[in-house]
Amino acid sequence: MSFEPVLSRRLGRAAGTWYDAYAADGGYEAAKKALTAMTPAQVIDEVTRANLRGLGGAGFPTGKKWSFIPKNSSKPVYLVVNADEGEPGTFKDRYLLERDPHAVIEGMLIAAYAISSHKAYIYIRGEYVEAYRRFCRAVEEARAHGWVGKGAQGVWDWEITVHRGAGAYICGEETALLTSLEGGKGFPRLKPPFPAISGLFASPTIVNNVETLAAVPPILRRGAAWFAGLGTPKQGGTRLFSVCGHVTTPGVYEAPVSVTLRSLIEQHAGGVRGGRALKAVIPGGISAKILTASEIDVAMDFDSLMAAGTMAGSGGVIVMDDTTCMVKALWTAAKFFAHESCGQCSPCREGTGWIFKVLTRVLHGQGRPQDLDVLLSAAGGMEGKTICVFADAAAWPVQSYIRKFRREFEQHIATGTCDLTRDYADAHH
Amino acid sequence: MSADVSALEPQAKEILARYDQKQAAMLPLLHLVQEQVGYIPPEGEQWVSEKTGVAVVHVHEVVTFYTMYRTKAIGRCHLQVCTNLPCVLRGAESVLAYLKERLGIDVGQTTPDGKFTLSSVECLCACEIAPMAQVNDRYVGPLDRAAVDRLLEEGGHVL
Repeated sequence: MSFEPVLSRRLGRAAGTWYDAYAADGGYEAAKKALTAMTPAQVIDEVTRANLRGLGGAGFPTGKKWSFIPKNSSKPVYLVVNADEGEPGTFKDRYLLERDPHAVIEGMLIAAYAISSHKAYIYIRGEYVEAYRRFCRAVEEARAHGWVGKGAQGVWDWEITVHRGAGAYICGEETALLTSLEGGKGFPRLKPPFPAISGLFASPTIVNNVETLAAVPPILRRGAAWFAGLGTPKQGGTRLFSVCGHVTTPGVYEAPVSVTLRSLIEQHAGGVRGGRALKAVIPGGISAKILTASEIDVAMDFDSLMAAGTMAGSGGVIVMDDTTCMVKALWTAAKFFAHESCGQCSPCREGTGWIFKVLTRVLHGQGRPQDLDVLLSAAGGMEGKTICVFADAAAWPVQSYIRKFRREFEQHIATGTCDLTRDYADAHH
Repeated sequence: MSADVSALEPQAKEILARYDQKQAAMLPLLHLVQEQVGYIPPEGEQWVSEKTGVAVVHVHEVVTFYTMYRTKAIGRCHLQVCTNLPCVLRGAESVLAYLKERLGIDVGQTTPDGKFTLSSVECLCACEIAPMAQVNDRYVGPLDRAAVDRLLEEGGHVL
């Protein structure tokens, strides 16, 4: 790699996890600078000029989001960290929580100061037991060194509550996360009002992703111009890409946001396994529209992938080689969406169920000639018609797989199976 | 059973103190009951209802909404195999089939000796070690037949 890592500096070192190693690496210097030499407005300005964008998947400018908190709110202001990582193909937040928790805590302190919050909640997905234990230990270390609690560094009173989820993908959606944190079923809420006005306990709330917050200390330490310069004119910095599926070495790879999908697959992850041919890639978690092998010379920043008709999402890259049956791949995605729909909105609850049912018959050789139209019509009936974007995320794979690999679907319907099903039965069917 | 829950009072007090509003302690209190009892019985829902001030019917809704909460006892070693796309691309279905064969049970079942429960789950976000599973609290992978054999041997000793 020709650049200096920003977010992954300590991820590879077992000893890099805890306070002493973090402090020795310049840790908490940025928080000290913010708390003692900057106003909250200056912190927000710095993060805004760095072009940091939300790395949970939405890509919203972080500094701008922070600026939406009403000034002099009579209600308490909350910082909520979205550590409910659940997008299939994504695992980078787990690396940060387990291996570099102090980077997240320092980012949280700076954010809390910037938005005038004295209480932070971090919502860690329930299955991440090891991440939860490690993060709790790091919070206690930070407390012992005067970075968490009353009068942190003599300047800021704040407290962190580490919260565990209980298994529901939808809680990664920020309003569902808030409903869940308040003790309810994870049902998303209509926006507006946005959380910055009425979020947790109906108070002004900022929800930020783990990786987004981990990027904040380096910005304050080295300046907005440096961070912005690492990326594109509209998205600064680097990103932790999770690369998995049919690559030689699946893993978390840091790269500037302008890295190409080809470079991530071929250079970082060692190429397609066994030298096989690439067939398709999902660039930003299972919800993103699929790309074919001829579409991978695209940069991975939010705007380039949107221009390419897909999305950067969570940065989870799922690679499929030429042994992959696309009907099976889409069926697997549809199984996930049918399982995880929260059931609140009818188009999503019914649509995900129907799509799964129809794909199940196509996969098992009982497809009907009109089934592709049924699938596309069901997907169209979900898009933009529900409270949150889950339904859209469930529709996009259906539309993109069928559009780009229609012949495979037609063959499955006409013959009841496909060559891949026969040749790679053990691996995929 | 009810004695089990009342022993949790000191921990419940600590948990409630961490939250600005008591209903927000719902999920951690349910986790606490499940850790103590092994699952969430009706008495546990009642107890959490009293602690949080939320009607017991709503507590039950929460219990049944989230996949990690159970209303029945399971085996001592819970094998949760990921069957989402990244794991399927790397052979999760063969792993699951082999586990069924070795244990002689289907997904959702427990071995007659009460040692193992087999589940299939959606993405656990550890795709770098696909195909993988969660074994009680621990993530394990990549899994092949040999790794499954080792796992069952270790799991057989889980108390």
